Amino acid sequence: MPVTIHLPSQLARLADGKRSISAGGATVGEAVEQAAAAYPALGPRLRDERGAPYPFVTFYLNDEDIRLAGGFARTIADGDELIVVPAVAGG
Amino acid sequence: MSQAEILRYSRHLILPEFGIESQRKLKAASVLLVGAGGLGSPAALYLAAAGVGHLGLVDFDVVDLTNLQRQIIHGTSDVGRPKLESARDRIAEMNPNVRVTTHDARLTASNALDIIRGYDLVVDGTDNFATRYLVNDACVLLGVPNVYGSIFRFVGQASVFAHSDGPCYRCLYPEPPPPGLVPSCAEGGVLGVLPGLVGVVQATEAIKLIAGIGETLVGRLLLVDALTMSFRTLKVSKDPACPACGTRVIRELIDYEQLCGLGQPAQGAQVAQATPVAEIEPHELDSRIRRGDVFDLIDVREPHEWTIARIAGAKLIPLGELERRVGELDPSREIVVHCKGGARSARAARLLADRGFGRVANLAGGITRWSEEVDPGVPRY
Repeated sequence: MPVTIHLPSQLARLADGKRSISAGGATVGEAVEQAAAAYPALGPRLRDERGAPYPFVTFYLNDEDIRLAGGFARTIADGDELIVVPAVAGG
Repeated sequence: MSQAEILRYSRHLILPEFGIESQRKLKAASVLLVGAGGLGSPAALYLAAAGVGHLGLVDFDVVDLTNLQRQIIHGTSDVGRPKLESARDRIAEMNPNVRVTTHDARLTASNALDIIRGYDLVVDGTDNFATRYLVNDACVLLGVPNVYGSIFRFVGQASVFAHSDGPCYRCLYPEPPPPGLVPSCAEGGVLGVLPGLVGVVQATEAIKLIAGIGETLVGRLLLVDALTMSFRTLKVSKDPACPACGTRVIRELIDYEQLCGLGQPAQGAQVAQATPVAEIEPHELDSRIRRGDVFDLIDVREPHEWTIARIAGAKLIPLGELERRVGELDPSREIVVHCKGGARSARAARLLADRGFGRVANLAGGITRWSEEVDPGVPRY
């Protein structure tokens, strides 16, 4: 069940410069783990060492914040788009 | 409205969706800009030009040469002046009809409610997580809309929080990252025009909120990526469990330094991260190099920073490669690590200490203080 994970430019650097990567799995969490396995430098920026989501990195599944819709347990379907939106604070 | 004002704002007045009523609303409005930096500069200039009657500015900083690449409210002759003075003068030149109130202070839990109270809305142009959570909570408590903008490197975000039934910043990000995980613009850099893009979006939203026109970013997050020039809006839902705007268990302002892990170390994993590391002052390092003391000087910055400036005798091992390349270092030797300002090298020092390196010191203030205090021939950046 491949989904496309869209990365902001500051995280693309950790995924060989790729702005979007493909990952499989039945849930958002499984797709994130696949992405972390494929790009070890990216992994710690997506989830903590226990594989749990951070409160300062928001994932959107097709424009919906997954935190309010099942979190990493949220099931995904072929062709879904996952958008990673880390908190930034510069001004 | 005077004849001169009617002429000044004529391009607004002839917009059928805007007209003289919206212009009068702008004139009657009070907007507080928190931060007169990258975001605050364009936002303040456009709000002044548009005819917002009263602008408040909160800042405590002075204009630095490194600000001018993006903080367009300040000029070269303003370097060394308080940003509030520089911004006030520029606004007066832009539009003398605008009344400016300056708040010469760092926004804190003890002054935020007093400063924000009385303004119709806030434009958040701060540069750190602690102040962003503070601005959010204060706006929620006071019921003052928070026109949010944030930038880093090539990406920006904008939204409107704390507006009537809309979500707040904590609905989007319940907690801040631990210190050191997300670099600041001073560490990570920022494309100078990016705060222009995002700050002008904030000014646009402020004007629409005041005038009561159009569809605002309430409940939506705008993502801007200057590198690909892509704009995307995502839905931000109000979280019923949000302690600020949902359950409202936050009834007063809290300790935001502690929330962001900057004060007392929190429990568990945070403690290790906050463990202090030995520091060496620039002059002390200089003396030791001159004495011929034996130690390894490791620069943990990125290669593109190394090409800008370096300390003679240092070896480059970027922080991200340190774990993999730790075998290149001899644990029996003393090691001094440095970066640009001292934050990344503090993490490097902890990493080395965890790997059994017994004698590790971090250069206080990094290569920046080295340039200021020891070798002015090393460029500051």
